[in-house]
Amino acid sequence: MHAKNLILAAAAAMLLSGTALAQGIDVKIGVLNDRSGVYADLSGEGSVVAARMAVEDFKAADKGINVTIVSADHQNKPDIASSIARRWIDQDGVDVIVDVPTSSAALAVNEVVREKNKVFLNSGAAASDLTGAKCSPNLVHWTYDTWALAHGTGQAMVERGGDTWFFVTADYAFGHALERDTAAVVEAAGGKVLGSVKHPFPGQDFSSFLLQAQASGAKVIGLANAGGDTINSIKQASEFGITQGGQALAGLLIFLTDVHALGLQTAQGLVLTEAFYWDLNDQTRAWSKRFAEAHDGDMPTMVQAGVYASVLHYLKAVEAAKTDEAPAVMAKMKEMPTEDPLFGKGQVRQDGRHIHDMYLFQVKKPEESKGPWDYYTLLATIPADKAFRPLNEGGCPLVKQ
Amino acid sequence: MTEIFGIPTAALFGQLLLGLINGAFYATLSLGLAVIFGLLNIINFTHGAQYMMGAFFAWMLLNYLGLGYWWALVLAPVAVGLLGIVIERLLIARLYKLDHIYGLLLTFGLALVIEGAFRNGYGVSGLPYTIPAQLAGGTNLGFMFLPIYRGWVVVASLVVCLATWFVIERTRLGAYLRAATENTTLVEAFGVNVPRLVTLTYGFGVALAGFAGVLAAPIYSVNPTMGANLIITVFAVVVVGGMGSILGSIVTGFLLGLVEGLTKVFYPEAAATVIFVIMALVLLVKPAGLFGRAA
Amino acid sequence: MAAETETIPFEETELDVRARSYAHHGIVFAALAVLLLAAPFLVYPVFAMKVLCFALFASAFNLLLGYGGLLSFGHAAFFGMASYVSAYAAKSWGLTPELSILLGTAVAVLLGTLIGAISIRRQGIYFAMVTLAFAQMVYFFALQARFTGGEDGIQAVPRGWLFGVIHLGDDRTLYYIVALVFFVGLLIIHRVIHSPFGQIMKAIRENEPRAISLGYEANRYKLIVFMLSAGLSGLAGAVKAIVFQLASLTDVHWTMSGEVVLMTLIGGMGTVFGPMVGAAVVVTMQNYLAAFGAWVTIIQGVIFVACVLLFREGIVGLLARLLRRPL
Repeated sequence: MHAKNLILAAAAAMLLSGTALAQGIDVKIGVLNDRSGVYADLSGEGSVVAARMAVEDFKAADKGINVTIVSADHQNKPDIASSIARRWIDQDGVDVIVDVPTSSAALAVNEVVREKNKVFLNSGAAASDLTGAKCSPNLVHWTYDTWALAHGTGQAMVERGGDTWFFVTADYAFGHALERDTAAVVEAAGGKVLGSVKHPFPGQDFSSFLLQAQASGAKVIGLANAGGDTINSIKQASEFGITQGGQALAGLLIFLTDVHALGLQTAQGLVLTEAFYWDLNDQTRAWSKRFAEAHDGDMPTMVQAGVYASVLHYLKAVEAAKTDEAPAVMAKMKEMPTEDPLFGKGQVRQDGRHIHDMYLFQVKKPEESKGPWDYYTLLATIPADKAFRPLNEGGCPLVKQ
Repeated sequence: MTEIFGIPTAALFGQLLLGLINGAFYATLSLGLAVIFGLLNIINFTHGAQYMMGAFFAWMLLNYLGLGYWWALVLAPVAVGLLGIVIERLLIARLYKLDHIYGLLLTFGLALVIEGAFRNGYGVSGLPYTIPAQLAGGTNLGFMFLPIYRGWVVVASLVVCLATWFVIERTRLGAYLRAATENTTLVEAFGVNVPRLVTLTYGFGVALAGFAGVLAAPIYSVNPTMGANLIITVFAVVVVGGMGSILGSIVTGFLLGLVEGLTKVFYPEAAATVIFVIMALVLLVKPAGLFGRAA
Repeated sequence: MAAETETIPFEETELDVRARSYAHHGIVFAALAVLLLAAPFLVYPVFAMKVLCFALFASAFNLLLGYGGLLSFGHAAFFGMASYVSAYAAKSWGLTPELSILLGTAVAVLLGTLIGAISIRRQGIYFAMVTLAFAQMVYFFALQARFTGGEDGIQAVPRGWLFGVIHLGDDRTLYYIVALVFFVGLLIIHRVIHSPFGQIMKAIRENEPRAISLGYEANRYKLIVFMLSAGLSGLAGAVKAIVFQLASLTDVHWTMSGEVVLMTLIGGMGTVFGPMVGAAVVVTMQNYLAAFGAWVTIIQGVIFVACVLLFREGIVGLLARLLRRPL
């Protein structure tokens, strides 16, 4: 009797100590994105919802990882983003910063996280420099980048006969980068760039630039801008009958929520590249349905999907590393292959780039759509090994080691 | 084909026409500002927000009440004007005896409040508003494809601007207005209710902004920041035209639209800045603006 | 109408207390010094540094508005340009922080001389508009020039070694340097205001023709105060670039010019200590309300309106009236 009790007590103690060990890990996730500006709909509160779903699906609490989520608005400004990141890490004990749309803000946060040696899971930003010249051992760039978008859309359009291009470019570093990357792809694929026009940012009236694009006679008009500028360009292109005139519009950075705001009547026929669409397969549909229930009925964008998947992978790495120390977790994230219902199987490369399939979509005609959010037809799947910039071409110092 | 500085003449005409269309917006907006400044001595920073409200009211009328574009063209400016009257009575009326800067700061604060409220309610991605069926489509002018709606914008705003000019410069009511601008006390002594005149003027001035907002709804994205992006430029238009000058603001509005249109062809990056270069030059050479009288 | 227009309230109502001089300012400065020493133990040092940078900026702006009577709507140009230059010097040329900051300040003075010389020919709202116009051109330059990095700004600026000896990587060390810069800056402003030069400035502000008829070259005085204000604004911007290791378009955008007006207004224009209080209030608000999203704009707007309608003299102005002493 006595002995039996002893054994029970020992077992209980072991159980307890086991749990106690695991409970030692407190993880604080900071979702930093645009909550009031042009990217609020494609990231914003939806990204917080996605992060919360990842924590629930991982059953973090049962595994002894205590997760808290905080969020803030960086207003798409690098100075605000970096000072919030700094405060979060210094004062509030945030371990990992996620999302961060807008390239300039993401680059600023990248520097802070590197300096403080924490983890940065970027989903929202497009800058391919994040895993190129400015790559960091503390970063995973999950969802997409300018290289992937330029290659997806540029290559596909040339292959479909759109071999002469004219760019309408937002006059800022990001717009220039997008134009440069796409132009390189077009020329490499045997196409020709007839010209480009740079418009002030943010712009309101694009008719003048569109008219210049029309006059150039190019088969494809590439929109190297983002957010409200892209929406306005597309709206006005339809007003001036540019697509009816036989020219095709190629949006280089367009999200599902942009198409939603434009309406199919205006956006139809647009070709674009995305990393995720809710209606890809049973798994994405099931997840997106849950997401929509938690987020006022809005379907997830690829950025929000990327937040979910990257947080999930991060938590797996924390569990495997048994710590939330950045170097150990980063090592595990790069060592373990990724797998989740949204992006399928993939991996995180040495330079921090997450590799997965990308998709080329065309926006449906109004009569083809079965209802709200049924917007895309899948044109092609770009396999993971072709979708992103080859490891040795980015100029990332981490790769040379 | 003939060319000017390497640009085909036909294309140049197209760009000038587009500039004129943008000028129509500048003219309508700066006219409202000029009317308000002329009589109230207030620099109405809320003007951009009121323009945005015009566009939003058009959208609301359609989506909540099912009233289309033509109704909106009348009702939205009236609503914006009425709201303006409330603002004038409750807030601005307390500032008339103070320095300009206070009026500017108060209306700036109001603009922030209104913008924030719409952001909270409707997000920032923008709401769709389609061109009314009667004005859809376009015509080929030979040198360019002109959407009918854009043509309508120029005509409508020109008519409204000229009507306003006529009322102020050629009617009895306008005479009172101009007199009150010159000497409030004297006009009051003649038995004119100046405070009411002032209130109505403010209401009318912002109604013009609301009208421009409705005109803009179908072609620009209806979003809470549409006014904030425009207001600084419109200020510059008013200053260049001569603050408080009715004719000055109309002419300068169209003129600057044209200049901007040309800049978009020759140096597109500078299209948003050119107006400020002009403003600096004008102020240094003709301090009271192109059409203003020296103070 | 013009005759009835009340000018911005200055300390003229306090003429009777002038005899008692500014002895109490010594006490305020001492209290301020103690507060500055203790601050990094009470609040997050980076936050404290942000407050100090803006406090210096607002105080410099107030020198022009409150004492020169000139409302500039383009002060972001000096703040932002200096911030770019010092960031660039520290990052690309590897200059030590003090040299980078000095270089940034020098550029701001130069820019101030240029813009000032042209703008002071105009008055009132026209002066504001000319400065706005120039600031917009500076913004355009910042957007187009290669070295500013477009909307990315200049990032990862090294904090470096002060005089090549003191490492500024530690937040507290850097804080005390910034606090010293701020304190000295404020002393300079105080000294200028209460010097014979400052008295002449006030005379010009109140009645320019009379000052001219008394033999003062009004424009020369205006230009000097403009340069001083631009230079000190530049100093604030240059320091900010080193603190945050970043110079960006936010610092040259016209909304920054608007923000500094707000700070000065809330604190009390024409008071020595008002602008820094205003800066502290605005920065704190932006910091702690950030989680509310669009509500920040609404709250900020309401404060603006309340300030203009209820207490135009600002927090410190109100305090000064209650204490019957100029602050």
